[in-house]
Amino acid sequence: MSLNTVVTWWAENTRLIELLVDSLWQTIVMVFTSGFIGFAVGIPLGVLLHLSKKNGLLENTVLNKSLGVVVNIGRSIPFIILLVALIPITRFIVGSSIGTPAAIVPLTIGAIPFIARLVEGALLEVPSGLVEAAQAMGAKPIQIINKVLLPEALPGIINAATITLVTLVGYSAMAGTVGGGGLGDVGIRYGYQRFDATVMIITIVILVLLVQLIQSVGDYLVKRVDHR
Amino acid sequence: MIEIKNVNKVFYQGDKEIHALSEINLKIEQGSIFGVIGSSGAGKSTLIRCVNLLERPTNGQVVVDGVDLTRLSEQELTQTRRKIGMIFQHFNLLSSRTVFNNVALPLELAGVDKQKIKQKVESLLKLVGLEDKRDVYPANLSGGQKQRVAIARALASDPKVLLCDEATSALDPATTISILELLRKINKELNLTILLITHEMAVVKGICEDVAIIGDGKLVENGKVGDIFAHPKTDLAREFIRSTLDLSIPADYKERLQATRVENSYPLIRLEFTGASVDAPVISHVAREFNIDISILSSNMDYVGGVKFGLMLAEFIGSEACADKAIQYLKEQKIELEVLGYVA
Repeated sequence: MSLNTVVTWWAENTRLIELLVDSLWQTIVMVFTSGFIGFAVGIPLGVLLHLSKKNGLLENTVLNKSLGVVVNIGRSIPFIILLVALIPITRFIVGSSIGTPAAIVPLTIGAIPFIARLVEGALLEVPSGLVEAAQAMGAKPIQIINKVLLPEALPGIINAATITLVTLVGYSAMAGTVGGGGLGDVGIRYGYQRFDATVMIITIVILVLLVQLIQSVGDYLVKRVDHR
Repeated sequence: MIEIKNVNKVFYQGDKEIHALSEINLKIEQGSIFGVIGSSGAGKSTLIRCVNLLERPTNGQVVVDGVDLTRLSEQELTQTRRKIGMIFQHFNLLSSRTVFNNVALPLELAGVDKQKIKQKVESLLKLVGLEDKRDVYPANLSGGQKQRVAIARALASDPKVLLCDEATSALDPATTISILELLRKINKELNLTILLITHEMAVVKGICEDVAIIGDGKLVENGKVGDIFAHPKTDLAREFIRSTLDLSIPADYKERLQATRVENSYPLIRLEFTGASVDAPVISHVAREFNIDISILSSNMDYVGGVKFGLMLAEFIGSEACADKAIQYLKEQKIELEVLGYVA
């Protein structure tokens, strides 16, 4: 394909390009907003899960078990079902059950338990000796969380963020179900339902590049903060 | 000063009770270096962790510097722990912090202002000889350097007591010596009470004035290092000292060992010298007097607190009558002696 054909195609398909740019933006908004809110809630939840464990810093079996059950329920519902099941809640929160904001609600709620478990796993990697050393130094529990657990688990947490964002890119493809838009939706409607292979391929290529970008940035950040 | 009074620690494994510590009583004077030695699983780690209540004793009292820690509230305990430094076998440095920031951590926790932290940390790094490693991450340090950082960190809040939990067990012998020298230096310079637990006799001999031997959760013996090693009163203490000396028979000798004496075979003998043994050059004396040749297979002799003690494996080469007389003589010199068998 010469440069010329690309330019011609570009000129002839401005509407398609606009559509792709818009839907890429919708995907980015959905993924990063739900990822951001998901982490804001998921990290404390993961910390709580970790600390309330048996022999944990703030051992509380009842809390741990109930949080565990809630998180497991959240994780076991297929996202496409969560998407429609949450419609009343979505309507309550954003005032509408369709559109990009409406898709962010179920994406966020689906992400929270996922993130909580990943963060819990990252915290588990912190050697218990470090917590013990901090206790021996006279650290209060909140100091142990802020100065020992979270900084030491940071590489793992960044890794968790990368995995979460990539997963959310995948989930966001289902957002079309509630009119959320996004690249996945374009792929389904134009590529699949209208048999337009070009659009299908373009959306796939953009999604692959997006995922690659997220992964590379994540890997780079992990490398920077990991001094183990 | 540390006083441990009637401390018991019971762990539960399902319905099973495990007595990790039973009725431990110890008194450690201010400014002394006290060693607790025992084989693994003896309860020594539990004991040292009871001193700063990382492990809460099931009952009994732990008094550090006049304060009974077992009666403090969580907050008071957190404050009091700042006056008790601790170092660990695996150093437990934060990988996310540089050397400087690791040493600064206890001061940060106590809310000390930045300028003071800088001064204090720099003087501590100088004390442990790591000024040039200030901005290095622990991953790039050797084991000995990591333990020095840990020591600096433990000293940051000017503790009166330093607890060393197998602090040299992950280090090679030369590094162990340098760390022990550092511990002795800070003990002198800061009048710091040091309680260390270890399974290495070399550590206790190298640095401690007093020692306690712990076995199976019970305090078996304690006293001056020289006395304990030279005149162990209990079987367990003796067993332990013997196990640290560890003189096992080489495998090829073991194969050739026979229970009875045959033509051209010689007895393989284990000699044990204790504080009670007569202090004389007995080996050359016996060789001369009884006309036998003594071939020493291996020997582990030591000199602590004016007493020689240790174990030796030797073949007595000569006629049966001469060897028997030599054995008889050595027994009279209060040397414990055991004929392990005969080697052809």
